[in-house]
Amino acid sequence: MSKKHQTPLLDELKKGKWPSFVREIERAAEKSEMTDDLLGQVEQSYREKVVHWKHGGMVGVKGYGSGIVGRFSDLPEKYPGIKEFHTVRVNQTAGFFYTSDMLRKMVDIGEKHASALFNFHGSTGDIQLLGAKTSELETIFQEYTKLGFDLGGSGSALRTPSCCVGKARCEFANFDSMHMCDGITQAFQDEMHRPVFNYKFKFKFSACGNDCTASIARADLSVIGTWKDDIRIDQEAVKDYGKKFNLHQYVIDKCPTKCMSYSDEGGLKIENSNCSRCMHCINTMPKALRPGTKGGATILIGAKAPMVSGPRLSMVLVPFYDVEEDAKNDYAWFKDLISKIWEFWDEYGVSRERIGELIQRVGVGNFIESIGLEPLPEMVANPRGNPFVLYEEYVEADEEQKG
Amino acid sequence: MTDETKKKLEEAIVSLIKEYTNKKRFKPGDIVKEMEGKFSASGVTKDDVKSAIRELTDSGQLIYGYAGGSFLALPE
Repeated sequence: MSKKHQTPLLDELKKGKWPSFVREIERAAEKSEMTDDLLGQVEQSYREKVVHWKHGGMVGVKGYGSGIVGRFSDLPEKYPGIKEFHTVRVNQTAGFFYTSDMLRKMVDIGEKHASALFNFHGSTGDIQLLGAKTSELETIFQEYTKLGFDLGGSGSALRTPSCCVGKARCEFANFDSMHMCDGITQAFQDEMHRPVFNYKFKFKFSACGNDCTASIARADLSVIGTWKDDIRIDQEAVKDYGKKFNLHQYVIDKCPTKCMSYSDEGGLKIENSNCSRCMHCINTMPKALRPGTKGGATILIGAKAPMVSGPRLSMVLVPFYDVEEDAKNDYAWFKDLISKIWEFWDEYGVSRERIGELIQRVGVGNFIESIGLEPLPEMVANPRGNPFVLYEEYVEADEEQKG
Repeated sequence: MTDETKKKLEEAIVSLIKEYTNKKRFKPGDIVKEMEGKFSASGVTKDDVKSAIRELTDSGQLIYGYAGGSFLALPE
């Protein structure tokens, strides 16, 4: 097929043996004329080092305030095919499991009504169908609904909750992240599809400290698996690892809290009360070490990417949450906690202020008091980093002396 | 909330957005706070206002837009 636009810079990105997004766009362009214009605009952006996309506007499907990200070319005369090039966010399955048949059906819709390009998956977790025209949005929505899918979140709403593969494929999982993600997604459909928040709010569920969803850096509310009891040790398997590599160099010395020791006579010993559940030793010797059996999760709050006011990592809100117990009540305790957090954010937050920024502005002490949690040492991220404990008896004594 | 109050609430929401067209963008949260105050004597709650917004968007009388944040508007 002859190319409509010359793309010497993009062609450089096809060289090498690795997959190339340029090659994929070119393949999609064989079936979609608009995608040919996409190549032309991307080439121009690379040449000029200027982005030629505008986003936002009044695009969506009836009744929903979320799920469609409006995208327009600022060079519509030159690239008419991508004058409108909206993104459709489709709520992914928990753990990203699909049958090949379902994928084919989804792709058929993308080829028929949009650019035939997808992101599997966007950074929020959704399946993203790229390049939909405004006139096609309702049809695309109806077609995906027939397949059993719904739109995901966008705008000032709850973003599509996402999770790791959890107990479906991972031996480190401390709780059923897929079940919880699905339960919370179903419970908060209204908050996801009808934006009423000050800004976006993201949940991510990782079933162990490896945090495969990177929730600690990206989610307003992270649920990360942990365990209460001791790490399970198979001393024979530890010895086997000792024959393959230097245990001190690769495991013992790399323990961040130095809670491990090893000798040929005594084997591996772990001071579990000092273990921070970083997962390094378990990742390095998966056949010898396993998380404890009393699994649950730590709930953290306040992470965000650099948009608007700089990146933040989350802080501990609840050190140990018994997920399994709460799951028996359809996550009632967790949902109640979330409602209190949103109530506080709604009352005191300002436009485009994420929950982490609000907590920083009003202070951790005020925040946890409002949502009914007791202050705990685990909430302090770093010594003198976010101190919030007020020793009232000292203040009173000081006031008495002055008075 | 009575049917009459509900109707008045929905009319007030549409009329507020109409009045400020091209002057101010109302986030759904702004509408909730505004209407909660205006209809407090009638016992209208936050959830009532959210429900009214849902009905107005479902029926197509209002639509959502996005410009840095989500807002409500009249259909173009």
